[in-house]
Amino acid sequence: MATSSFSRGCFVFKPSAKKKKMAVGLERYFTHGCEGSESSEVRFKICLDLWNKVKMETEALQDELNRNILDSLLEFTRKCSSTRDHSDWASQMRASEIPTAALVLGVNVPDHDMTFQSLSDLLRHSVTPHVASLQAKECAALKHLMKRVLERLMSTVVAVGDEEEEELQQTDTELQKSVHCSLTALCDWYISKTKKSSCSTPGKKRSSSVVDGQHQQPPVVIIFKDLEAFNPRVLQDFILICSRYIQRLPLMFIFGIATSPSTIQHMLPNSVSSLLCIELFQSLSCTQHLTTVIDKLILTSSFPFKLSGKVMQVLVSIFLYHDFSVRNFIKGLQLALLEHFHSQPLSSLCCRKNEARLNVQQLGPADLERIRQLPSFKRYLKEQEEQDNLMTDDAHLKDLCQKLIKDLHKYHKNYYPILRCLHCLTSSLPRYPLGKQIRELHLICLEKNVWESEDYQSAMKLLKMLAKDELISLLQTCAEVLQPVRSKKMKNALVQLEELLAKLKLLDAAAEVGPSVEENLTSPVRNLQKKTDLFQLQKMLLEMNESRRSKRMSPFEILRNEAVEFVDSLVKNHLSPPESKPLYEVCYYTSSATVRRHLNATPRTSIQAALSSPYSYIQELKERGNDRRMGSDSVLVVLVDQNQAVYCGVKFTLRLSANNSLKTEDGTVSNAAPDICIAYKLHLECGRLINLYDWLEAYSTVVSAAEGSNPDSDGFGKVDEVKHARFIRAVSELEFLGFIKATRKKTDHVARLTWGGC
Amino acid sequence: MHQSAENETCAPAKSYPRKVVFSICAHIQQREMSPPEPVFVTPAGGGSEQSWMAGLLEHPGYDEERLRRVSEQLSCREVQAGLLLSLMGQPQQYCYPSLFIYGHRASGKSHVVNVFMKDLELPHVTVSCVECVSVALLFEKVLRSFFGCDAASLLPRSPSLSDFVRIYRQQSSQSPAKQTRYIVMEKAELLRDADVNLLPALLRLQELVKDNVSVILLSEIVWDKFRPNTGCFEPLLLHFPDYSKGELQQILSTDRHPSYSAEFYSSYINILLGVFYPVCRDLRELRHLAALNFSKFCEPVAAGKVKEMDTHKLWKNIEPHLKKAMQTVYLREVSSLQWEQMEEHESGALRGLSAHTHVELPYYSKFLLIAAYLASYNPARTDKRFFLKHHGKIRKTNFLKKNEKTSNHLLGPKPFPLDRLLAVFYSVVDSRVAPTASIFSQISSLVTLQLLTLVSHDDQLDTPKYKCAVSLDFISAISRTVNFDIVKYLYDFL
Repeated sequence: MATSSFSRGCFVFKPSAKKKKMAVGLERYFTHGCEGSESSEVRFKICLDLWNKVKMETEALQDELNRNILDSLLEFTRKCSSTRDHSDWASQMRASEIPTAALVLGVNVPDHDMTFQSLSDLLRHSVTPHVASLQAKECAALKHLMKRVLERLMSTVVAVGDEEEEELQQTDTELQKSVHCSLTALCDWYISKTKKSSCSTPGKKRSSSVVDGQHQQPPVVIIFKDLEAFNPRVLQDFILICSRYIQRLPLMFIFGIATSPSTIQHMLPNSVSSLLCIELFQSLSCTQHLTTVIDKLILTSSFPFKLSGKVMQVLVSIFLYHDFSVRNFIKGLQLALLEHFHSQPLSSLCCRKNEARLNVQQLGPADLERIRQLPSFKRYLKEQEEQDNLMTDDAHLKDLCQKLIKDLHKYHKNYYPILRCLHCLTSSLPRYPLGKQIRELHLICLEKNVWESEDYQSAMKLLKMLAKDELISLLQTCAEVLQPVRSKKMKNALVQLEELLAKLKLLDAAAEVGPSVEENLTSPVRNLQKKTDLFQLQKMLLEMNESRRSKRMSPFEILRNEAVEFVDSLVKNHLSPPESKPLYEVCYYTSSATVRRHLNATPRTSIQAALSSPYSYIQELKERGNDRRMGSDSVLVVLVDQNQAVYCGVKFTLRLSANNSLKTEDGTVSNAAPDICIAYKLHLECGRLINLYDWLEAYSTVVSAAEGSNPDSDGFGKVDEVKHARFIRAVSELEFLGFIKATRKKTDHVARLTWGGC
Repeated sequence: MHQSAENETCAPAKSYPRKVVFSICAHIQQREMSPPEPVFVTPAGGGSEQSWMAGLLEHPGYDEERLRRVSEQLSCREVQAGLLLSLMGQPQQYCYPSLFIYGHRASGKSHVVNVFMKDLELPHVTVSCVECVSVALLFEKVLRSFFGCDAASLLPRSPSLSDFVRIYRQQSSQSPAKQTRYIVMEKAELLRDADVNLLPALLRLQELVKDNVSVILLSEIVWDKFRPNTGCFEPLLLHFPDYSKGELQQILSTDRHPSYSAEFYSSYINILLGVFYPVCRDLRELRHLAALNFSKFCEPVAAGKVKEMDTHKLWKNIEPHLKKAMQTVYLREVSSLQWEQMEEHESGALRGLSAHTHVELPYYSKFLLIAAYLASYNPARTDKRFFLKHHGKIRKTNFLKKNEKTSNHLLGPKPFPLDRLLAVFYSVVDSRVAPTASIFSQISSLVTLQLLTLVSHDDQLDTPKYKCAVSLDFISAISRTVNFDIVKYLYDFL
């Protein structure tokens, strides 16, 4: 977006109302600039379907995960509203406290919205129609806070039933005069409201029908979404006011806390917090949430779309290192999904098995050629003999594709159960050789043959040392994992596993062979105590080692080894990395750089890259600019990197010189580069303070060389008005970008704000 | 001044017992100096000291039956109540323009005034200054309760003080006061933050509106802190001293449980005060604690193990329980509801609010916080020593400046610019970190989480300054999770 202003500042671009009807143009956006546009419609449909499925799953998951805490919160609100009616002595004595739920949600603030949304929905549905949720940024002062509370409460109730239409009008006019923004108004409104509802026949009430005889007075719930961000002063005053009305108005607070509950004590003095009756609710930690999301969305064969190890790594590290936000993780998944279907023409095959078969038949000659070019396919061909046939015969290739796609699906079907089994077995080992979380193991498996890694070897060694009951319980959980899988190979594996388990259990009945082994072991130890010589001791130990190794194995040990071998064979058969499978490109999205650039933008690096090597941007722009009018000598181009959302303020004044290549071999500045690039390069050579005049001189020399004037002539390097103006402009642009700033130390100098030279 | 204003009004002019008023003033002034002791002032309207001692209020012009009821409710505040009543005079008489009542929290100020207003059915309006987010609310409330909604609607959109006075005069000329109208302002200390002219105007409102109106200000702080520099009309001061232990006992004993005898309850209160009186004299808190712990106290009685009169056994039973309460409920570590549940289930280990201090943070946020802590508590000069590889031998003694001898941890966090934070961050974090946008957004989210505070103004985009707002314990816990030995990098612990 461009402005006509030259001054520095923030400009607001309000979205035009037309953008509302995005859905119409959605497909056009997708197909625009899309690779292999002939199959774009199919791909768009698959992509949309998959995304909707992801969305539904995550929402269901979120509800599932929050159920516990929401249920206990609902219980709390109900209890609070019911104890109020009690007339027993003790509850009367503390009726002046405002019941408050402190909901600790963790620092992943972007995820909280969904939680609060479902919370307020649930509250409206089952406890009370009067719910208002507040955000700190809209409540800078007490006045605003009050206004928001009144607006939310009164209008929500108005929205519930049609018969209160007139009241909407009334409240509207009332609220227009902010004079009435006091809790007295709310009180009056509440009393009239409850009176009305108690008078009206039960049939008339629709949405708030839950409000039965017992809840004649539904509580008024006020949710503070981000407690930390509220101004403590405002909050204190509001609580003080509320406590004055608590006898007439059954108020209730819910505090959303991102850090720890002790913030309440930091924000509220004792005189205020003594007005509250705080109960603590702790929500699920975000890492657990992520684990379940990954479990449901990624470690499953029901989604044909897959992330490669690197992309997965990027998404997980953004989560762990930067924001802890599950919502952002899913957004990243969405981006990968969209990019995959947008950029990979063969992604039309990335769907359910049956559809994929159909789509194989639809493939055009261009697509088939693309398949032949796939690295994984080439590798596959090398292993096969009859390649010439495949390179020419389309029908044959289609048949093969069908088979390969089927194989890929089978691979996924076996991969995940075995992955889970391996995780079961190794996740409880000391020092976690293969990671604590299943996602770590998954990442290892995606990258290389897991069985070749050292960690895997050590894990297997540790497995061979497990005690019997541990081994049995682990194998049993493995069997449970394999149980629901409907695949021939997995069923076979299950049968074998169960045989092993049966054998292990039979051992219990068999007689123990312990004593003889013990004797073997103890005798050298007894000898050991006599010796004191170091050499002898060493020899002794070596002997002991030998004897232990050569020792006859007990039946349990034999079985244990058998079990471990069995697991090992399963791993070797099924956990090979996807790269080894032909046509894996169809399902796996691999471009981690794109994802990183979009989600974890580096504005500074982009600016510096643009300034030090402008050719990479300008080449692109030239290509794009070809269809535009190129008559003028100077074209104003707005530089937009991939992460254009981060900044779009960098403007280049480009002199598009026709023949000069901007690229120089030795990395020095080309004198045909844009002014700002030249100025930038020159300023890198300076120290902390830059003399403006020297800078100008150097600049003018470089630019004169670009103009092709004779270095020996008189005018060379002379500063004329145009050059001066161009220089000033470049300098002010650099200042705008934050590389230099004016300094008071020396008037004709500017201070450099970055370190390092060229 | 106000004398002449009075004479102009047509209402039955009350003859001001000026002398008495001044003598009262003198008394009050005295009492401010010396610790409060019961001082009896002969009230203007007569009534003997004897009747005061008995706790009965007497004043001509008020219904005796009502006065009796009032004095029943005002136990332990008879002296102040009598004084206040005499200052108020007879209902139709003019009252002193403004009264200023002060005393600690829960010393009965609002209670006494409210009981008078309600039970004697005096025309009044009670306004809490917290609630008046704008003066408009105050004006509207006053006008509405004195003259009805129509008068309130006459106020313009954002009314000034003169608007209020104009409308008040206009209305009061139509319906002049038959009795003194009272405006009771609770939490009057907030008036100091309002417009400068509001407080002086309220103090002589009687004169401004030419009506029989009196303003009663209730506050927890002394009048000296109110007095504006420009000077104002001095209100009459009335001090409510704290309740003594005996008085507390008497008051708390009144709200007894209906199913137990009064003696039983008062013995309970006695025990309760024995434990809590040294730490807490706030009547409200004590009442709350009494309510919470009573069920525990009468448990053995209800079970039939102990008789009601066996105080010693009861004391043995309740004492450890009260001690526990002192550490938890009294500090609001545990809410009253949880406390009650705890009593039922006898599950001793309920963690209080401050026990939950652990905060999960993203990896880089942790390092940003650590860097912020280091930047806040280390002098900028010492950064070189901590973060440069070849800093040479710089001893602590070489750096010591005069003003740095005291521990930085005692002085509190110092502000630091963003540049320094990032520089420390990059040298503290072990891997190479790209300066991504999310690093910067993490800084601002740390600010919203109140782990950092922005010192410079919001609008300053250039070099924002921050302070680290977490404790040493907190940061040590955080740095333990990332295997960073923070103590090694702190100047104070060198």
